[in-house]
Amino acid sequence: MSEKIGKSNLDVFSETVIEMAGKDSDILVITSDSRGSGKLWPFAHRFPDRIIEVGIAEQNLVGIAAGLASTGKKVFAVSPASFLTARALEQIKNDVAYSDHPVTLVGISAGVSYGPLGSTHHSLHDFAALRAINNLDIVVPGDNYETREAVRAAADWDTPLYLRFGKRPAPHLGGDDDFQIGKARILKPGEDGKFIAIGETVVRALEATRILEESNLDCGVISVHSLKPLDIETLEKEARNSRALVTVEEHSVCGGLGEACAAFLSQAGVATPFKIVAIPDEYTVTGSQQEIFDHYGISAQGLAGTMLDLLEH
Amino acid sequence: MTDLELELKSVEYRKKILTAIKKAQAGHTGGSLSCVDILNVLYNRILRVSPETFTSPVRDRYIQSKGHSVEALYVLLADKGFIPESNLETLCRYHSDLVGHPTRKVPGIEQNTGALGHGLSVSVGIALAGKIDKRAYRVFTLLGDGELAEGSNWEACLAAAHFGLDNLTAIVDRNGLQITGLTDDVCRTDPLEDKFSAFGWTVKTVDGHNIRQLSETLRKVPFEIGKPNLLIANTTKGKGISFMEGDRSWHHGFPNDSQYERAIKELDDAYSLLTAGEGRD
Repeated sequence: MSEKIGKSNLDVFSETVIEMAGKDSDILVITSDSRGSGKLWPFAHRFPDRIIEVGIAEQNLVGIAAGLASTGKKVFAVSPASFLTARALEQIKNDVAYSDHPVTLVGISAGVSYGPLGSTHHSLHDFAALRAINNLDIVVPGDNYETREAVRAAADWDTPLYLRFGKRPAPHLGGDDDFQIGKARILKPGEDGKFIAIGETVVRALEATRILEESNLDCGVISVHSLKPLDIETLEKEARNSRALVTVEEHSVCGGLGEACAAFLSQAGVATPFKIVAIPDEYTVTGSQQEIFDHYGISAQGLAGTMLDLLEH
Repeated sequence: MTDLELELKSVEYRKKILTAIKKAQAGHTGGSLSCVDILNVLYNRILRVSPETFTSPVRDRYIQSKGHSVEALYVLLADKGFIPESNLETLCRYHSDLVGHPTRKVPGIEQNTGALGHGLSVSVGIALAGKIDKRAYRVFTLLGDGELAEGSNWEACLAAAHFGLDNLTAIVDRNGLQITGLTDDVCRTDPLEDKFSAFGWTVKTVDGHNIRQLSETLRKVPFEIGKPNLLIANTTKGKGISFMEGDRSWHHGFPNDSQYERAIKELDDAYSLLTAGEGRD
């Protein structure tokens, strides 16, 4: 039943940055004592003069990245998503996005990847915080393929970009020739319900569709991957052709993918029954990423149940 | 240009600052008047940048971290031909590019600032790129003394020394006054010399209204090979206008008609004194 397990998306990020840096001498990586968790030791060994260490100082990390980018450097600023997007939020807004320097901000070990380390280390706010910042695209790859393509695109992206990665080995979601930032991928068509999912939750949605098949329900999965710009065209079309919609994300229910979809679908007059599956507005239960997902219904069984309820009522 | 010519320019700049702020009925009067002599020396004697070379990768960079004193910067940019003088009349007006804090929409401005504690990190990044690319440009940034309460400055301060950025010069406009009152009372940042020295910077202190001292010192950067440069410029908030000097209410106060007339009269008198050769040290 399970998808073919690949590497962690972080490992693929690291490999791809090395690949791109080999072709482009303007590429730099900057970290805040996070080359280990960012899987960047191989980059550091290969390009010792092109990794900049600033120590545990996320505000400085982002400010320096903006300054480097202002001179034409292609900068990947890598730090745990929790600290990068909260501690340095003002630097992201002013130094990078408002000043329009094309830094690629890389939030690693995102969402609840750090599981039992607790809520200080979780980034369940980053979608909400960053969506409200103008001139910042947000991409959350779900598997190794989406990661590789996103990092390749990021190297030449000429506006600010946020990439978000988890650290567990990621299964292959299917498809390998249609990735484009801002263009949602229909991984599985379905006549009945649709899961609109992002990042490491996409695979749970795929698994859920198989459970639903046992009830003779044909449900589809869309990997959004680009939270901003959101592919409203594809999502609206798919929403209109569905009897139920369930959004899924590794983020607070406040201000993430679900609320973004609810906002544009309601304004577009789409009345398809709709449910947001996300982490509720609370500091999470203690557990691994898997346990936290299961606890809050971001599991194959949980998602299948949510979809079933929506389709039956 | 001679020192006297620059001193006369400072008087003219002060008049333009007050005129723009009076018209806008908005702006940061006190801080613009405290830093304008520093900007005068930077733009007329130190910075290797002009409207023609502003896109050159080897231009010197100036980042105004204390973004609220943008009126002084706009006046300098107009004088140097980056923007038309007439744009100064649009300060803070509907649809104007001359926002109340610096933005890159304005030719000559490198970085959007205004929230405090950002300029030094960005300057470290630019200076670091210069070292990586072996380019000879220098980076200058202007900080407020009140601004130094922002912790991000000290992260940047560590990094600048760690990377040995002798191509970076931070100037502190130490006017000793912030919106609430004396910086010494709000949250003391002194002794700045000791703090920056301890962080690995080479520190020099000058009278921030003395054109000659500012020029002679800034011409000496790098003060020491391999170390970032700090210039502490002791200044007076509201400098040049007797009833504004040292009065915190002029942090973002703007003059009414009679205050404006008095201020312009004081500046005209100062100009006359200078041209009569009586205003020299």
